[in-house]
Amino acid sequence: MLQFAFYAFSALTLVGALAVLLTRSVIYAAFFLLLTLLGVAGLFVLASADFLAIAQIMIYVGGVLVLVIFGVMLTHKPERTTTDSQQPNQIISGNRVGAGSGWVVAVLVAGALFVALYTLLSRANFTLLTQAVGWQSTVNTIGKQLMTEYVLPFEIVGILLLAALVGATYLASPQTKSSPDATR
Amino acid sequence: MQPVDSHLFLIVGAALFSIGLAVVLLKRHAIVVLMGIELMLNAVNINLVAFSQYDPDRLQGQMLSLFVMVVAAAESAVALAVVLQVYRHFRTAQLDELNEMKQ
Repeated sequence: MLQFAFYAFSALTLVGALAVLLTRSVIYAAFFLLLTLLGVAGLFVLASADFLAIAQIMIYVGGVLVLVIFGVMLTHKPERTTTDSQQPNQIISGNRVGAGSGWVVAVLVAGALFVALYTLLSRANFTLLTQAVGWQSTVNTIGKQLMTEYVLPFEIVGILLLAALVGATYLASPQTKSSPDATR
Repeated sequence: MQPVDSHLFLIVGAALFSIGLAVVLLKRHAIVVLMGIELMLNAVNINLVAFSQYDPDRLQGQMLSLFVMVVAAAESAVALAVVLQVYRHFRTAQLDELNEMKQ
């Protein structure tokens, strides 16, 4: 039963990620990203990280994905770019003519990385992974750790979030004084 | 309760990281590239959590992945603000059409 749930959540994660890779529409990619994030939250539950699963759903699905969808809507451009966005990134291919080589290089790099990681993981023999694990709720431990061992990163992350909030608000606001021709 | 074999978590994480890398390398829209970065961060989180279940007293992997999530949220907020500003300036969010830096 647990194995079945694991395979179901893994399939949800990987199918969603592949659909992000293969789809041509940006808004579809955002919704497939939602599928992937939910699958990852399920995998967190199966790895006995219940608090992290809830945090994943609240932060990613409730925060990051809403931001991404807002970004998609604000930078949406009607139909002229539908053929453009099917082309691969020219940073790799270098020119618009050799567009086929972009796919080849990117798939080669990512596929080679996966094959290398897979062979490494299948040959590796972690002694840690042979121990038995028990399932218990992690909320108490995480709360204690946040207030004792990780109290300094906790405070720094608070300051980082404040700085990111102020910085993002400043960056996204229309700059009328400094560059009057920015929105030409 | 029989736990799942942890090698499978690592393999799923590796596959998710590779797919995220392919998304970053292949896509031209800036927001989809950001989605690829989120996929790679999630793959790293899967690895950290998979190892962290053998450390139930300190939970170092889960703490680190919690901080990774927070930093990813801040990163995506700032990056989307930058993308918005780029779109206002260039009228496009396709990365390879942005070929000048001056105002």
